[in-house]
Parts: sequence; structure tokens; C-alpha cells
Amino acid sequence: MKLLRAILVRLATMSVTLIGAAVVVFFVIRVVPGNPIAMMLPPGASEDDIARLTAHYGLDKTLFEQFGIWLSGVFRGDFGTSISLRQPVMPLVLGRLPATLELAIFALVIAVVIGGVLALTGVRHRETRTETAIDVANGIGLSIPDFLWALILIVLFGVLMPVFHISGRISPSLDLPFVTQFYVFESFARLRFDLWWDLLKHMFMPALALAIPLAAIISQLLKQSLKETMHLDYVTLSRTKGYSENHVILSEALPNAMLPTLTLIGVQFTFLIGGTVIIERLFSYEGLGNMAIDAVINRDLPLIQGIVIVFALLFTIINLVVDMTYALLNPRLRHA
Amino acid sequence: MLDGRGTVRRPLGARLWLSGCWLGIMALLALFAPLISPHDPLAQDLFAGRLPPFWVRGSDPAFLLGTDSLGRDVLTRLIHGARIAFAVALIAGLATAFVGSVLGLLAGYMRGWVDVLISRLVEIWMAFPPVLFAILLIAVLGTGLTSIIIAIVVIDWTRFCRVVRAEAMNQSAMDYVSSAIVAGRPRRDILWREILPNVLPTIVVLLTLEMGIAVIVEAILSFVNLSISTDAPTWGGMIAEGRTSIHQAWWVLAFPLGVLFLTVLSFSQFGEGLKDRFDPVLR
Repeated sequence: MKLLRAILVRLATMSVTLIGAAVVVFFVIRVVPGNPIAMMLPPGASEDDIARLTAHYGLDKTLFEQFGIWLSGVFRGDFGTSISLRQPVMPLVLGRLPATLELAIFALVIAVVIGGVLALTGVRHRETRTETAIDVANGIGLSIPDFLWALILIVLFGVLMPVFHISGRISPSLDLPFVTQFYVFESFARLRFDLWWDLLKHMFMPALALAIPLAAIISQLLKQSLKETMHLDYVTLSRTKGYSENHVILSEALPNAMLPTLTLIGVQFTFLIGGTVIIERLFSYEGLGNMAIDAVINRDLPLIQGIVIVFALLFTIINLVVDMTYALLNPRLRHA
Repeated sequence: MLDGRGTVRRPLGARLWLSGCWLGIMALLALFAPLISPHDPLAQDLFAGRLPPFWVRGSDPAFLLGTDSLGRDVLTRLIHGARIAFAVALIAGLATAFVGSVLGLLAGYMRGWVDVLISRLVEIWMAFPPVLFAILLIAVLGTGLTSIIIAIVVIDWTRFCRVVRAEAMNQSAMDYVSSAIVAGRPRRDILWREILPNVLPTIVVLLTLEMGIAVIVEAILSFVNLSISTDAPTWGGMIAEGRTSIHQAWWVLAFPLGVLFLTVLSFSQFGEGLKDRFDPVLR
């Protein structure tokens, strides 16, 4: 019962946050100088044409009227029409979202694998040079943001040792039989491993750049909690029972040490998604973030609003899921 | 980190010294840029375009680190770029620290509706992807150094606000604050004279981290061509230029990237080093 109430309270604050975000974005971008309508018409367009098109997009009304119209549309799932692409915003955004989600999830998987392996290695070889080396690597991984990692990877593996693709989502020469925008999942489901491999080869560099800082955070925190757990009595007990060190770490210590890391991963995942914006730009990856930057450059107000709201919605949903998972996994909260 | 308490042995104070040295050198280069740099950062020489650095065949000893596609000296532009980077780091860092800390202190000490309002605002801010927010703000404010600084403050104040708010709440619960209240000190006095000095070490550590972030934000904005001007010698602008000619002239990208890497690393390691040394709270 308490859990249900907590969820309801969370949903209420979530909607306040979302509406707040909508208000901030709506009014911030209306201050943008430059008439978006004048930009989309050919240079010789008459004043009359501009006025007509301005009215068509509802930009001649007062700000508050515009906001009311937009918000009531949003509740009906209608985000208006993109000015630069001349299509409804909703399908445009939904068309790009899967590419970004696939990239983010792939990056998350890489981060968990690297971070987990480093943490386990560090604990297995604690108080040795190996652990110091891992500590130093963690420190560097944490300090340098994804943007710089991306550039470093481009120089190293895109130019000096060209093993990976550094541009685009898939090789343009391949024909694409896809019906959904989830290319990676769909190509796998259809057993088209040639396409699947090509997609992964394109995604690997941007995903790795996004993953490195998160991997360092995971490695650092997980190693810390593992080391604390290793001192607990039940771990000592299983060691005296004669289990091997590997067994003790993996089967006894890890399940208990994982919880703080899991919560952290949830929070950090939203930061990772935020990072996709510039990373997609760097790698010319056709995702939501790349579209967002174009939208800002083109002063495409409806599209900017739509994309920002979708990001905000994504962030709040992830936070909610993290909190709920935490409540479910943590017996002390479950029975509270 | 969620829970940083524990017994991690730190690899001594070496990193404080190393990072401090690098930042010191960069600051000196930035200060004396016009005296030190061998060329004019804007001078173009199309006949000397894309000269490689000195150890590669075909280089010109006058251009130690080579030239970019317009024949501008990479070393000179790096040195002048340090000026812009450090100006942004210092001004934006301090301004962000000021705004975020004041709001955080107020929220953490006053509690009540002030706290509700500020915390809600922080939550709304956290719902935006920061890079997108920055680009949006620059589109609104126009390009230029002032816009970049304003954008960084507007986006990153939450970073200070959240930590300082939590810290102010911790401090408020301590005995010295209770005794100050009992002694009849005015609330404002308690906040600025008692709590602030105890939160200050935390703020200083966050500030060094923020300076590194500010340098990165400037580079990202230069990269999407929204920073100062395409001509101005910024590290981000050099990187953006280098990215386009990466297959013909790797050095145009590699040198600014290396300098940016070391500078950002130094800011954060300097902050971490200070934290280990002086701040029992963050540790």
C-alpha cells in the first residue's frame, strides 16, 4: 500500500516536472531571434506569403495562446508540424528515437561489461599493482567526458588504425528491408546477421565513447562495495568452508554488493542519453540528438519542443523505473 | 558517488602536483600569449597550408607543430586558445559556483517553500539533456564569449545547488548551529558566518571540477560552430577544423585534442587531490 502511494506521489511530481520543462522550453525558444517562416520561404517571397504561412503555423497569436494550443495538442499526442521538414513532429521524433535508444542501450551494455570486469579483476587482485592500475584507469575514465573520448577514438581507430566506421548508422550501399526503426533488434530477429554486424560496426565507436565514463563509475563503485562486502562475516564463513576465491567473489559477495551500483547505473543512464546529442553529431549518427541540433540551427520551434519533451519524458520514466526497481530489490524497502 | 566512505588508499599527492603544474603552465601561457607565441593566431598563409609538425618530413622549422589548412600556426593558436579556455573556465566557473551555492544554501538552510521551489526547479533542469540545452541557449543568446558564460551558468548551477543544499542541511543539524540559535544570532548571520565557511571547502572542490566542465562546454559549442567566431583561436574550433581534415592533416586535430585532454584531466585531478587533502565531507 505504501509502495502504491509512493508511486502515485512520484507520478504527480513527474508530471509537475514535465509541465515545468515544457514551459521552460516553450518560452526560451520563443525568444530566439530570426523568423523561422522567413527562413523556409525562397528569398523572393512577398510579405503576404510570409504572413499567411506565419498564420498557418499559428505563430501570429500571442505567446500564451500559442502555449495553450500546443499543450492541448500534446495531451492528444499531437506535437504540431515541423517547420523545416514540413511533417508532423510526432512521427519524425518517433522515427529517430529507436536509433538513439539502440545506441544508448548498446553503450550501457558495454559500460556494464567493462566496468564489471574491471571491478571484479580489481577485487580479485586487491592490494596489488593490478588494483592500482585499475584505480588510475578509473580516475582517467571518470575525468574525461564522452565528447573527448569520441574524438580520441576517431583519431585512434578511425584514422590511425581504421578498423571501425566513424560515420553514419549503417552502410548506405546495403538495402534495408526494415519495417521498424529498431534496426539492430530487427536485423537480429530476421537473422540478417550481415546487416546486424554492419550496424554494430557503426555503433561501436560512438557507443564506446558514451560507455567509458560510465564504465569507470561502475568499476569504481562496484569495486568499493565488493571490497566492503569481502570483510563481512558470511563471506569469511564461506571462505572457511573451503570455497575458492573466485566462487566467494562471484557467488557470495557480488549479489549483495550489486545494489548501490544498480541504482547508480539508473541515474547515470539518463546522463548517458543526454550525451548522445553531441556524440550522434560527431559520428553523423541518424538519431534524435543529431536531429535536435539541426532543429536548433533551423529554428524549427515545433520540432525542438517535441524533441525536448520526449527527452524529458524519457529521463523521468527512467528515474521512476530505477526507483521502483530499487524498492523491489531492496527487501528493507519492500516490507516497509 | 553514492557512498564514498571507506578505506581507499590514494596514490599520494603526486597528482595534485602534476595537475597543478600543468594548469600553472597553461595559465602562464594564457597570460603571456602575445609575448610567447611565434606567430599571429589569425595570420593565414595559403602557401604554407597543412605543414606537418617538426619531426615529420616536409615540415618548416618556423611552424613547430605544423599549420592548419589556411596556413595558420597550430602552436600559436593553441597558446591563444588557452586564453579563451581559461577565461571561460575562471569566469563561468566562479559565476556558476556563486549562483548554485547561494541557491543551495538558501534551500538547505531555510527549508520550507524556498526549498520546495528550488528543488523543483533543479528537477526540471535535470530533465533536459545539457548539451541540447546549451545549444538552445546559444541560439537564443547569440554567439560570443558572454553568451557561452551565461549558458554555462544557466545549465550547470544545479551541480552546485544539489551538493551545497545537502551539505547545508547536514551542517544545520549540527550542534554549533543549535548553539548559535540559542545564543540569539540572527538567521542571516548564522547562514553566512557559520554555515558558509564550513561548506566552502566543498564548493572549492566542485569549482575546480566545474572549470574543467566549462572548458569542455566551450569546446563542444565551438564544435557545433556556436562559440565565439569561426576565426577565433579556440581549442574547440581547432578540433572542429581538424575533424574535417583528419585524413590529410591529423596534427590539426591531435594537438588541440591532447592539450584539451590534459587540461580537463588536470582540473578534475586537481579537484580530487584537494578533496583528499582538505575535505573530509566529500571524501
